[in-house]
Amino acid sequence: MKILNKEQLPDPLGHFGKFGGKFVPETLMAALEALEKAYREAQHDAGFQERLAALLRDYAGRPTPLYFAAKLTEHCGGARIYLKREDLAHTGAHKINNTLGQGLLAERMGKRRIVAETGAGQHGVATATVCAMLGLECVVYMGEKDIRRQSLNVFRMRLLGAEVRPVSSGSQTLKDAINEAIRDWVTNVDSTHYLLGSVVGPHPYPMMVRDFQLVIGREARHQILEATGRLPDYAIACVGGGSNAMGIFHPLANDPEVKLIGVEAAGLGLDTGKHSASLAGGSIGVLHGMKSYLLQDEAGQIRETHSISAGLDYPGVGPEHSYYKESGRASYVAVNDEEALEGFQLLCQQEGIIPALEPAHAIYYAAKLASQLSKDQIILVNLSGRGDKDMDIVAKALGVHL
Amino acid sequence: MSRIATFFESSENATTPRKERKKVLIAYLTVGYPTIEATLEVVPALLEGGCDMIELGIPFSDPLADGTTIQRASHRALQQGVTPKLCLEVAHELRQRVDAPLIFMSYYNPLLRYGLEAFCAASAQGGIDGLIVPDLPPEEGAELERLAERHQMDLIYLLAPTTTRERLRLVAARSRGFIYVVSLRGVTGAREALPTDLEDFIARVRGITSKPLCVGFGIATPEQARRVATLADGVILGSRIVEILESSEPRSIGAAAGAFIRQIRNAISPH
Repeated sequence: MKILNKEQLPDPLGHFGKFGGKFVPETLMAALEALEKAYREAQHDAGFQERLAALLRDYAGRPTPLYFAAKLTEHCGGARIYLKREDLAHTGAHKINNTLGQGLLAERMGKRRIVAETGAGQHGVATATVCAMLGLECVVYMGEKDIRRQSLNVFRMRLLGAEVRPVSSGSQTLKDAINEAIRDWVTNVDSTHYLLGSVVGPHPYPMMVRDFQLVIGREARHQILEATGRLPDYAIACVGGGSNAMGIFHPLANDPEVKLIGVEAAGLGLDTGKHSASLAGGSIGVLHGMKSYLLQDEAGQIRETHSISAGLDYPGVGPEHSYYKESGRASYVAVNDEEALEGFQLLCQQEGIIPALEPAHAIYYAAKLASQLSKDQIILVNLSGRGDKDMDIVAKALGVHL
Repeated sequence: MSRIATFFESSENATTPRKERKKVLIAYLTVGYPTIEATLEVVPALLEGGCDMIELGIPFSDPLADGTTIQRASHRALQQGVTPKLCLEVAHELRQRVDAPLIFMSYYNPLLRYGLEAFCAASAQGGIDGLIVPDLPPEEGAELERLAERHQMDLIYLLAPTTTRERLRLVAARSRGFIYVVSLRGVTGAREALPTDLEDFIARVRGITSKPLCVGFGIATPEQARRVATLADGVILGSRIVEILESSEPRSIGAAAGAFIRQIRNAISPH
């Protein structure tokens, strides 16, 4: 397996190899430069780092546990499966790590208004939460299709004081919510910080969001060494935009013995065209300010995507994942809706843990892989969120009327 | 020299003091909106009505610099199967009929997918004189710049009110043909009023460069166009024209567009 160079990525213009960069309207270029400057200053400001660390501990509940899934392991009959319990973080997913970081940064930059996009609603809820705590105005853009399928999270955001603005353009999902959030930011750039929720978008977002999520992998690396005396053979995470995966992959990227596997959403199947697997089934292009793998047609129009999980229903992926794919450091596979539902039920039944549909994709793949491996091998899975928000979708998929 | 540069530096203009020169009027429309036939009819009508250059918009699925009007037009055009290839054919067809500079306005991804080299070659072949790519800042534009130049086309960069002094210099140095000055903080679309600090902004840009400045975004009325024309070398109208196409009967669409642009022309021409 290829090892990544130790060089610092991205480069000063935000490139991960040939991916990344800043493909945005000129109006935003100054704001991106100011954001990067503020971020770099904050990185070296002990006061900022201490405050973030304290909030991650006392407010978000970090470190999250590493849990040995003994019964699931036994059920699969092969490799030992460990779960990094991001589902136990405040608001029920890893998203809070990033929103706390960017919320503090917005405050530092004197920006009192926050806009964000959300797909499943997890990032929207995490943003609304931090805005409530810091006293910032919060506007969340959400596709109308997502509003329908994640109504519980819409209610949560409104309870937390956020304004949820429905987006009716395009496919009415995450991609279109990002378009609207960017349009809002272009219009209100002086007063507003765009709190982007994944390792996507123009530089410095893919770098900055990754950095705020590194806490997952750093903790997990330490915890698994403590628990087993060695590093895992595999680290597995679901990939939509890719923030939870990058959070766990990056601190393990220089450990050649750890194979990194990202699990994308195959939706109704890669051959149907109705999926969200940009890396497994896409091609290189530019969307939302970054060069990366995308789902597009022959004319360069962005394709409509599908996944049972709103959080993975996105036609692009973070540029650093594209770089990992091209360099061979990580491999990317796809799991379809039906299999994700199977993974979802498996974790409920074997471990008494209800996962979000997003990491249910990773659970399915990990369980399948575990059964093919020997008992002395170790799989680390990032359980990026809990599944309360998905009850309606799962019930419907299983033919149950609530 | 490109057709655009030639236009700005034509003998009648170059010898006249900047303030007294004829102001350049540029109209945007989305190719294939509402139909390909309409585009072929409206472009000559706009030029007949007093427009000097045409921006042909290649529709894109995710036009994040555009407001609702152009989003809607792009969506409709895509539904009718408009592709970059078809836009090239339309440009070629128009070039047989008109002499004015034709500029493609496209987001970067459709060009990338077509192949930058192939797209530039085909554009030049089709009589296109310049490219505007709203999501391509100079930092990422070196390759397209090189290819455009090889095919005698201008890659026109944009400036915005938020642009820093350092970036003003960068964009001014790299933009060819003219500089597209975005009048406001926001997306395209007709506005009730233009920013009050537009004069200061244009003066700031003028202090850095002598290249032609054409101002767009938000301009919808003769009065707004007149104010902009007193400040800059050119005025760009887009969303308002698309709105007129949207509300016109198919058989009078060319006449409606021509009549509108004539009002603008009259408003900005020095008397």
